[in-house]
Amino acid sequence: MPDAVRVRRRSLARRAVGQGAPVWRMDGLLLAAVIALSVIGTLLVWSSTRTWVSNEPTGLVKKHVLNLCIGLALYSVVAVSDYRWLRRYAPFLYGVAIMGLLLVITPMGSTINGHHSWIMLGGGFAVQPAELAKPALIVFMARLLVRSAEGKDRPRVVDLALCLAAAGVAASLVMLEPDLGTTMVLVVITGGIIVFAGVRKRWIVASVLLAAAGGLAVWSLGLMKPYQVARFTALINPASDPRGVGYNSTQALVAIGSGELFGKGLFHGGQTTGRFVPEQHTDFIFTVAGEEFGFVGTVTVVALLGVVLLRGLRIARMCEDRFGALVAAGIVTWMAFQTLVNVGMTIGIMPITGVPLPFVSYGGTATFANMIAVGILQAIHVRERALSA
Amino acid sequence: MNRLRVRLFVLQLLVVAMLAVLGVRLWQVQMVQGAQFVAVATETRTREVRVPALRGPILDASGRPLVRNRTSLVVSIDRSRFERMPDGGDAVLKRLSSVLGLKFDQLKQRIRPCGPGISRPCWPGSPYTPTPVDDHVNPRVALQILERQEDFPGVTAEIQAVRSYPGGKDAAQLLGYLQPVTKEELERREGLKASYSGVDLVGRDGLEYSYDSALRGKPGLRRVQVDRMGKVIAVEQQAAPTPGDTLITSIDANVQSIVEKSLDQAMRESPNSDSAAGVVLDVKTGRVIAMASRPTYDPAVWTGGIAEKDYQRLLSGKSGKPLVSRVINGTYAPGSTFKISSVSAMVADGSPLNGTYECPSAYNVGGRAFGNAGGMALGSISLHTALVKSCDTVFYRAGYEEWQRDGGNTPKAKIKEPMPNMARAYGFGELTGVDLPGESPGLIPTRAWKRNLWNASKDHMCKRAKTGYPEMKDEGRAAFAKRLANENCLEGFIYHAYEAANFSIGQGDVQVTPLQLARAYAALVGDGNVRSPRVGWAVVRPDGSVVKEIPVPVVRHLPISDETRDYIRKALSEVPSDGTAAGAFRGFPMDQVKIGGKTGTAEVWGKADTSWFASFAPADNPRFVAVVLVSQGGFGAETAAPAVRRIWEGIYGIGKSEDGKPVKPALPDGRPASRLPVIKQDGTVTQ
Repeated sequence: MPDAVRVRRRSLARRAVGQGAPVWRMDGLLLAAVIALSVIGTLLVWSSTRTWVSNEPTGLVKKHVLNLCIGLALYSVVAVSDYRWLRRYAPFLYGVAIMGLLLVITPMGSTINGHHSWIMLGGGFAVQPAELAKPALIVFMARLLVRSAEGKDRPRVVDLALCLAAAGVAASLVMLEPDLGTTMVLVVITGGIIVFAGVRKRWIVASVLLAAAGGLAVWSLGLMKPYQVARFTALINPASDPRGVGYNSTQALVAIGSGELFGKGLFHGGQTTGRFVPEQHTDFIFTVAGEEFGFVGTVTVVALLGVVLLRGLRIARMCEDRFGALVAAGIVTWMAFQTLVNVGMTIGIMPITGVPLPFVSYGGTATFANMIAVGILQAIHVRERALSA
Repeated sequence: MNRLRVRLFVLQLLVVAMLAVLGVRLWQVQMVQGAQFVAVATETRTREVRVPALRGPILDASGRPLVRNRTSLVVSIDRSRFERMPDGGDAVLKRLSSVLGLKFDQLKQRIRPCGPGISRPCWPGSPYTPTPVDDHVNPRVALQILERQEDFPGVTAEIQAVRSYPGGKDAAQLLGYLQPVTKEELERREGLKASYSGVDLVGRDGLEYSYDSALRGKPGLRRVQVDRMGKVIAVEQQAAPTPGDTLITSIDANVQSIVEKSLDQAMRESPNSDSAAGVVLDVKTGRVIAMASRPTYDPAVWTGGIAEKDYQRLLSGKSGKPLVSRVINGTYAPGSTFKISSVSAMVADGSPLNGTYECPSAYNVGGRAFGNAGGMALGSISLHTALVKSCDTVFYRAGYEEWQRDGGNTPKAKIKEPMPNMARAYGFGELTGVDLPGESPGLIPTRAWKRNLWNASKDHMCKRAKTGYPEMKDEGRAAFAKRLANENCLEGFIYHAYEAANFSIGQGDVQVTPLQLARAYAALVGDGNVRSPRVGWAVVRPDGSVVKEIPVPVVRHLPISDETRDYIRKALSEVPSDGTAAGAFRGFPMDQVKIGGKTGTAEVWGKADTSWFASFAPADNPRFVAVVLVSQGGFGAETAAPAVRRIWEGIYGIGKSEDGKPVKPALPDGRPASRLPVIKQDGTVTQ
C-alpha cells in the first residue's frame, strides 16, 4: 500500500484540509442532505417537545443539538480516515457491540418505555448498544464475506455460516431486550449483505420462502406476544382498537393528514401541541413534519432521505473495493429499511414498530450510529476517488 | 463485481419504488384525505364547553328573594374520560377521595349512572355531563386538583352557582327543585349534546319547573383546545352566557312564613294529623299570596346532589311524601265548606233565597236517617242560619229532592243535577290551571261518573259475582265480597239517594283540593269570577326591564246572581262571630277586621276527621281568602279555624307578641303589594 505510506508523511493539518485532502473530495450532496435532515429534525424535535416543561421549552432540543454535534464530530473523524482500517478492526468492533448488548441484559441495563435497551452513563446520558450494533455488524459481515471471495465471485459456505452466526447472536441479544424493530433491521441488513456478497439466486429464493414459512409459523403457532399481534391487526384495521394499539396509528394518520398541502406551520400543529401522538419526538417524529409542514414538508423529508440512499448506492456502485461496496450496500439497506418502516407506520402501510427515522428522530445513540454510517460512506467515496484518481 | 452491480441496481430500483410508494401514500393521506383528517383533528382537539347561565332568582311580591344563587366550588368528574382509563378511573378516584376527605366507595357510588336496579346514590343526569362529586370544596383543594391535572385527569373544579333558600323550608313544594338534565332531555334539545361542562340543571317541580325556560337563561359556549390529557391549552371561541330572568311572584314572604308557622302549630296541636295545607289568595286579583304544605322538607337537600338517605326519606310514605304539595295535589272531602256550592245550586234551581227551611235533627233519605252533628235541631230557619249553624239536614233534603226530580234510581232522559253542575261552575272537579305542576282535579261525582265507573269495572265484578273469591281464606269475608261484587255487577251504575245527600254536604265521593276551595271562595266573595290562580306575577330581565306580566285568566263567571253571592257572604261573615267558628275566633277584634268563613269537618272512613276552614277578610269587602286544611285534624272549628285565625292576626298585625310589643302587620293596611318591585341595573331591588 504505497499510497498510504506517502500520505502518512504529510503533516496532520495538511492532510486534513490541504490540497487533495479527503474533505474536498467528499460527496457534497450526501452531506448536504444529511445536514438538511438534521436541521429539519431539530425543528421537529423542538416543536414536539417544547410543551413538555413549560418553563424550559428548549430543554430537549438542546440535548438533540448536542447529540448532533457529537454525531458530526464522529462523522468527520470517520469520513477523513481510511475506511480500510475498519476491515482490520471489524472483529473488535463487533466484539464491543456484542459486549454492549450483553451489558444491557445485566443489571447495568435500564428500561425506558418498556424496552430494556439502555445503559445509563450518568449525567442524563445513556447509550443504546443496539443502535451501534448495526454498523458494527455490517462491517464485520462484510469482512467475513470478502476474505474468502478475493478474486472469486461467491463467498464460501463456511463464511456464510459464520456470518449468519454473528448476525444471529446480535439479533438474539436485541430480541431479548425486547426490541422487535431493531431485530428486524438487523435481519434485513444481514439478508441484504449476504445477497450483495453474491450467494446464488436459488439460495436467495429458498431463504425468502423459508422466512415466509417461518413468519407464517410464528403467526399461526402464536409465538408472538399479544401486543405484537395486535400491532399487525391494527395495521390492517386501525379502527379495531382506536383507544389501544390503533390509537398510535390513528393519531399519527390524523396528525399527518391534517397538515394538508403546506401544513399548519412550525409550532402551530394542534395535534402536536396537544401531544396526541405518543413518542412523537422519536419514533413518530415524521408526524410533526406532516402536521406542521404539510405534504410539502413530508415529501421534502422523504426526498432528502432518497438523496442519502441514492448517493449511498452510487458510492457502493462506484467502489472498486469489494469490502467498501458491501459496507456501503449494507448501510443503504439499513437506512432504506428504517425509512420504509418508520414513514410507513405513520401513514398506515407498516405495522407500528419502534424504529427511528434516520437523521430526524431524537435519540443520541441512533444519531451517532447514523452519522458514523454516513462517515463510512464518505470515507469509502473519498478512498474510491483517491484510488481511482 | 458484475453480480454485485446487478444486485445493487435491484436495490436501487427497490429504493426508488419505496420512495414512490411513500410519496403516493403521502399524497393520498395529506392531499386526498386531508380535509377529512382536519375534521377529525378538530374533533379530537377541541371541546365545546357549555358555560351554564346563572339561573334567575325567584322573588316575592316585595322583591325579597325566595330562591337565590350563591357561588360554590364544585368538583366534578368526567365519566367518559374515566371509562377510557384501564382501571375505570379508580386510581384517580382514590386520590380524589383522599384530597376531598371523602370515602372512596362513597365517591364511586355517587358517580355511577342511575338506572334499573341502581338506586341513589347515583348520578341521575346525562353521562355526557360532568358529574359533581362535592360542592363544598375549599379553594385550596380545588386549586390542588386544577394544578395537578396529571394526577387528576378528568376531574375539574369550578365555581358554580347553586340555589339557596333564604326562607329555609318555607314554600318548599311551591318553589320546587332542580335536578340534572336527563340524557333524554338533553338529546331532545337542539345543538350541543356532548361535552357539557358544569351541571345542566332543570326545574323538576314547583315554580322552578313552570318557569324553567325563563329562569334558565341561555348557556354560553366556550370552544377550547385540549391536549391528550384533556387539559385546556387555549380558548378558540367564547360566547358569554345570558343570565336567566327573574321571576317575581305574588307570594309575600312574611305571610308565607306566617302560614307555615300556623300549619306547624296546627299539626302540633292535633296529634292525629298527618298532613296539612294552607293557602292565601288575593281576592281582587286571583293571585296567590301564600301557599304551604305539610309535611315539608328543606329544599337545600337538593343542592349538589342529594344523599341517598334524604332522597328515600322524601319519597317514602312513612315521611308523608313531603315533596307533594297538599295545596294543589291533596284531595279531600270538603265537608261543610262545600255548602256554598250547594246553597248556590239550591237558589239557582229555584229555592227561594229568603225562604224558610226545616232543620230537623235527622232527615230520612231513601229509608236511611241522615242526622245533624250532635243531633242539632233548629226548626224553621233561613238559608243564612243554615250556613251559620251548618245545618246538614237542610242540605240533605235539598240534595235528595233534586235527586228525586232527576228520576231517582231510574234517571230521566234529561237530568238537571243542579248541585254537581254548580260545583263544577265553582271550579271543583277540574284543574285550577295554577302555574304549578302536579295539580289534581279532585272529583265531583255525578250519575255519568257513576255509570262510567261501572262500565269500567262491571266485567270484573260480574265475573267475581259468579266465581266468588276462592283465594280469600276467611269464608265469611269471601261471601261478603261475593255479594258486594254481585250488587256492583247488577246495579253499580245506580246513583243512589244517599250519594246525592252526601254530596250536598261535601261528603261521600266529593274530593277537592285546598286551592280549588280557596278560589271558589274568592269567586264567591269577590267579583263572582272564577279565576285560574297565579303564583308568578312577572318575568323581569336581569337589567330590570319587564319581559311580561303574567295575567290571571278568568275561567268563568259564577252562574248565580250578585244578590245570592252577597247573601251567602253575609251569612258566612257571621260564622266566626256567631256560628261554628265562634269558639276559634273568641276575642278576635272583629271591629278592627271582620272575618268571614266556613268550617268544614269531613268524615273519612277509618280515619280521624278532616278539618277545614275557608275564610275571607275583611268580611264586608273581602281582599283575602285563606283556606287551611288539616288532614285527620278533627273538627274544622277546633284545628283549621284557629290556624286561619293566626294567619289573619299575622296579616293584620293583631294581638301582641311574646314580649308584649304590638305585632307589625305582615301586609300594611291589609293590602298586598300592588306594584311590581323594581330591579335596578346593579341588581338591587326596591318596592
